[in-house]
Amino acid sequence: MADPLLELRHLRKAYGALVVTDDVSLSVQPGELHAIIGPNGAGKTTLIHQISGTLSSDSGSILFAGEDVTALSMPQRVRRGLARSFQITSILPGFSALENVALAVQARAGSSFRFFGNAAQEKALNEPAMECLSEVGLGARAHIPAGLLSHGEKRQLELAIGLATQPKLLLLDEPLAGTGHDESQRVVETLRRLKSRLTIVLIEHDMDAVFSLADRVSVLVYGRVIATDTPERIRAHPEVRAAYLGEEETV
Amino acid sequence: MTELAETQAAPMSSLRPRLKIVPIVLFAAFAAAPLLAMASGAEGYVLSLLTRVMIFGIAAMALDLILGYGALVSFGHAAFLGIGGYAVGILASHGVEDALVQVPVALAASALFALVTGAISLRTKGVYFIMITLAFGQMLYFLATSLAAYGGDDGMTLSSRSLVAGSRILESDFAFYWVCLLCLLGAYAFSRSVVASRFGRVLRGTRENAVRMEAIGFQPFRFQLVAYVVSGMLAGLAGCLLANQAEFVSPAFMTWQRSGELIFMVVLGGLGSLHGAIVGAAAFLLLEEFLPEILHGLSFFLGDATRAHLAENWKMVFGPLLILIVLFARGGIMGLLRRPHHG
Repeated sequence: MADPLLELRHLRKAYGALVVTDDVSLSVQPGELHAIIGPNGAGKTTLIHQISGTLSSDSGSILFAGEDVTALSMPQRVRRGLARSFQITSILPGFSALENVALAVQARAGSSFRFFGNAAQEKALNEPAMECLSEVGLGARAHIPAGLLSHGEKRQLELAIGLATQPKLLLLDEPLAGTGHDESQRVVETLRRLKSRLTIVLIEHDMDAVFSLADRVSVLVYGRVIATDTPERIRAHPEVRAAYLGEEETV
Repeated sequence: MTELAETQAAPMSSLRPRLKIVPIVLFAAFAAAPLLAMASGAEGYVLSLLTRVMIFGIAAMALDLILGYGALVSFGHAAFLGIGGYAVGILASHGVEDALVQVPVALAASALFALVTGAISLRTKGVYFIMITLAFGQMLYFLATSLAAYGGDDGMTLSSRSLVAGSRILESDFAFYWVCLLCLLGAYAFSRSVVASRFGRVLRGTRENAVRMEAIGFQPFRFQLVAYVVSGMLAGLAGCLLANQAEFVSPAFMTWQRSGELIFMVVLGGLGSLHGAIVGAAAFLLLEEFLPEILHGLSFFLGDATRAHLAENWKMVFGPLLILIVLFARGGIMGLLRRPHHG
């Protein structure tokens, strides 16, 4: 097997006596779409926060592309190619969709300590940004203030912003949360296109989406990884069924 | 604060063409004013009042750069007026009277003070940032009152205005007026450019959503610190001009009330538009100057004694008036100008 792109070693995070991430070890292979599922409160978002650098870890280490990034800040990890989206939409509402993405391009394209020249007119920033927007199907909405986009469009915009940072690995925290049926179909289609050229770690509650997209699935329960396997085997895994799927189906 | 800033940002792009008229009218008015001053017969008074307006316009605009575009509420910005003023005063008292030396020294001192205090203040957020900038401002105020060699509490009188490359050109009120207008124009053009630049876009993005900015790879702190330094230097320049205008420097340049007035000017004019800050400074200073007379005129139906009282206690009207403007004209004076075309 090739060297993993992302490797978590004995990662741990506790809030007082509450252990949210309990000795999580996980490796993500280059090119795969690795889904992390688990019941509410299993610690999925906390784990994403730790991987992306939003939260620090109590112990354990995170290796990204062979480098130990455990002690790096979020901006430093982003510059190494580790981008993320948020469960609760996080965009710049007063900026146009295009400017939201152009800023992400700008973060990777030379110095931002330039006091002269109109950034909004820079072709070198706007053209790649436009490509990212088209990729997620938002090309026609580029000049709308992001705050006025529909919820589903904002989710797509977040995806475009993530893409614009030219990531090696994209961490997606419930990209389908709160979207309607049509919108979620569109996001799933976009992800299907992206997975051929990007490594993706996906947290998602929508099981149809997870099982149709994922190459491998890890199941997180009470902060522990109880299984990592292909979608088919995860579906049949007795412990997983007991902890998660059975519960979900009764809802 | 952020809420105020956000509501501002959305309509800005669509209305920009129309609002470009405002700064043109504004600067044309400043350029035409000396001619009117000559006709008024009280040219010394009119010129010095308008010069003050322009100087405070620069200071308020400097504050708007971080307050309106960065949502950083600095409650100690008067400190930079003081640094600029004292740089002129202290150097002049040691025989260095040329502005070509004084201004660079003032800018360097302002930048240094902003760098050190900003690096500390910017580690805090919200109310704590306001309090810590206030504390640094007060620190400098008390330092100035203790400078016995330079007048202490009473301040110091300048023997003359600064020289420019050895020439006494600034002694003429007209020449000084034009220099101030030039500085205002330059500061405005520079700030305009900064706001639209790559740097300004990062600053505006951080105002809207700092976490998002970190998630695309920016470290907001660095950008905020540089903005704070730039803003401090512009305010320092205003301080140099103010000392020359008054031909006097004192700790009163940097009281916390003065910092509050600067915030007020920015909010009054409209956050995050730059020329709004100039309009705000003008409105504030002109109201302060003319309100007693306006009140005296408007209260013609009252008895003489009451009228005199009213004019004397004009601040009782000034305060509530400012509150009403902020309450009912959200977005300040620029917001009012924008409104008719909006609905």
